[in-house]
Amino acid sequence: MSELFSSVFPLKRGRVHEAHGPGATSFAAIAGGMAARDRRAPVLWLSGPWNTEGLNPLGLLRYCDPAALLMARAPDQAEMLGVMEEALRSGAVALVVAETHRPLSLTAGRRLQLAAEAGRVTGLCLVPEGMGSNAAQTRWHCAPRLADTADSTLWRWSLNKNKMGTMAAWDLRWDDTSHRIALVSEARGGAGPAGTPAAGGGALRAEPAAGQRAPAP
Amino acid sequence: MEAPFALSLRQGNALRLHDLNAAAERAGLHRGMSHADARAFCPALISRPADPAGDARFLHALARWATRWCPWVGLEAPDGLVLDVTGATHLWGGEGEMLADMRQRFARAGLTPRLGLADTRGAAWALAHTGEGVAAPGETAAALAPLPVAALRLPPEMAITAERLGLRTIGDLATLPRAALARRFGPEMMRRLDQASGALTEEISPLPEAPRFALRLTLPEPIGLAEDVMAGAERLLGVLCERLGAQDKGARVLRLTLRRVDQAASQVELRLAAPMRDARRILPLFRRGVEEADAGFGIDQLRLEALDLAPLGARQTGPGGALPQADLEDLITRIGHRIGLENILRALPADSHIPERAFQIAPAAFSTPGHGWTAPRPRPIRLFAPEPIEAAGPTPPRRFRWRRMQMTTARATGPERIAPEWWLPDDHWARGLRDYWRIETREGRRLWLYHTPQSPGWFVQGEFA
Repeated sequence: MSELFSSVFPLKRGRVHEAHGPGATSFAAIAGGMAARDRRAPVLWLSGPWNTEGLNPLGLLRYCDPAALLMARAPDQAEMLGVMEEALRSGAVALVVAETHRPLSLTAGRRLQLAAEAGRVTGLCLVPEGMGSNAAQTRWHCAPRLADTADSTLWRWSLNKNKMGTMAAWDLRWDDTSHRIALVSEARGGAGPAGTPAAGGGALRAEPAAGQRAPAP
Repeated sequence: MEAPFALSLRQGNALRLHDLNAAAERAGLHRGMSHADARAFCPALISRPADPAGDARFLHALARWATRWCPWVGLEAPDGLVLDVTGATHLWGGEGEMLADMRQRFARAGLTPRLGLADTRGAAWALAHTGEGVAAPGETAAALAPLPVAALRLPPEMAITAERLGLRTIGDLATLPRAALARRFGPEMMRRLDQASGALTEEISPLPEAPRFALRLTLPEPIGLAEDVMAGAERLLGVLCERLGAQDKGARVLRLTLRRVDQAASQVELRLAAPMRDARRILPLFRRGVEEADAGFGIDQLRLEALDLAPLGARQTGPGGALPQADLEDLITRIGHRIGLENILRALPADSHIPERAFQIAPAAFSTPGHGWTAPRPRPIRLFAPEPIEAAGPTPPRRFRWRRMQMTTARATGPERIAPEWWLPDDHWARGLRDYWRIETREGRRLWLYHTPQSPGWFVQGEFA
C-alpha cells in the first residue's frame, strides 16, 4: 500500500477528521471497524432528527461489527457536539462519528480537537459538502465509483485537506477475504491544486470528471 | 359471612378444603376434606381458591404493624404472630389493657384475633389455639393443665395416640413419670412439654428490618458552593454504597434532594447506565447536576436516595482495580444526562428476512450487545423510507431520476424476492411482494431498488455507498 496512504489512513488518533460525499458512510464504517478492532472499544455514532437515512447494521456488518456500535440521537447539533466532546474527552470509545448538518464554527472545531487530544480518541464528522471546519485534521471526499468488473465496493477517496502532509486521491475497494481496505491505484491529479481553499466545493471541482458529476439542481 | 364458606387448595391431584368458616364447620366439614365430599355434605357451600402466598404476604404486613405494641415480633407460620411483650406491657397500662387494645385495633381492621398470653411461647400458643386466655405470671402449669394434648404443638398422629391412651389433657401428661412418657412418645413430646412449661427456653426471631437506601444530612449552617454540596454528597454516598454492597445490590437511579432554607427543594436525579455502587465513580457523575441546581439562600439539608435497585454481585476487577467497561458505563451515564438514556441505542439482531425488521434498536443501558449477526446477501449501509421513481416493467429501468439526479444503470444484480410477513400487518408492505435489485449507476451511486410485481411500481429503499 502506498506510503502516503498509510500515513493518513488509518486516521490519526486523537484528532478530529472530516468526511463528505456520497460514500462517507462507508468511510466512517471502515474507519470505525478498524478503530474498534484495534482498541477493543465501541464506536459511538451520533446523529439527530435531521438525518432521515438510518444506518442498517446488516449493511455495516461487512465493514465493522454492529455489536461494537453505539448510536445516539441528539435533539440538535449543539447538544450533539456537546456529547461528542464528552465522548472524545472520556477516552472510553474508539471512534466518535458525528453526522452534522450545519457548519462548525472554528471555536467548536477547536474545542473538539482539544477534547480528542485529551482523551486520545479519534473523531470523525460527516459533514454536508462545503461545510467543513478549518480545525479538521484531514478532510476526505468519498464517492462510490463504477467498477469494470462486478465489484460493488470501488470508491474514490480524495484527501482534500491535510494539516500534516500533501493531498492526494486513491481508488480503493473492500477486500472481503482479508477483511480490510485494498488500494487499487493512486488516482492521478486527484487532489485539488495546492492552495485550494478548504471549502469542499472547490476541491470537488478539481476532481477528475469521471463519476464525480455534481448533481443537477 | 353467614353461609358455609371455604377456601380450597389443590394438593397433589385433589382439591381439598384449606380453611372454612364457622357455618361450614357446623355443617360437618373439616380441614383437609376433599372438595367434592364437602360439596356432597353441604350443597350450599361457597368456595374460593386459597392463596397461601398472599396470606404469607399479609402475615408479614401484620407482623410489621404489630411492632406498634412491642419491638420483638416473630412469625408463627402459617397463621400466627408471636410477640415478646416482656417490658412493654406497662406502656399500655398492663397486660389486660394491651390485649384489649389489640382486640379493638384488629376489630377495626376487620380481623378477629385469638389472643393468648403466658410466660412461655408454648403456653401462649396453647392458650391462643384452644379458646383464649391469659396465664398469670407463674401460673403457667395451672393454666395449661385442662387444655387438650394437641395444644402442645404435637404432630396430629402423636396427639391422637395420646388421646387413645386416655391422656386427654396436658395435666394428665404432667402427672406421668417422664421416663415412661419419653419411652412411649419419643423426645418430641418431652421437648414440647418442656417448652410449654418453661423448662426449655425457646427464642423468638423477629423479622429483619427491610434495608433502607435513603440517607439525609442536615447541616447547622446553610451552604451554597457546589464544592460543599459535593462534599456532603460524598459523605452520604459512601454510607449508601456500603449498604448497597452489604445487600449485593446496585443502584440504577439515584436522587439527591437539596432542601433550601426557604423550604424549596431542588432534585438532582442520576440515571446510571448500569447498576453501580462504587462511590468514587458515582460522585463525579453528580457534578453536572449539582452545578446546575439553584442554591437560593443556601442549602441546609441533603437527602440521597437510591430509587431503582438491581442485583449486582461482586465483579472481577482488572489490573489496578479498574472494572472493565467502567469508563464506557460512566460515559453513557454522562451522555444520558444530556440527551436522555433512552436516546443512546444499540442494534440487536432480530429474526426476520424483512430488511427493516432484521434488527432491533434498543437502549444501550438496558441491553447487552447482541452477537450472531449474519447477512446472507449484501445489504445497503443506509436504509430509508421507500422513495418512488418513475419506471415500468419488471426489469430495472435504464435511466431514472432519483432525488432530482439523473441516473443511468450500468449494472443490475437481482432480483431477490422478499415476501411480506403476512402474520404481521404492515402498511409499508401493502403492495405485496418485492423484487430487490442492486443497481450500480454510471454516476457511481450504488442503490437498492425494488419492484412490486403485484401492484407495479419502482422504489429506492437504500444505498450501498
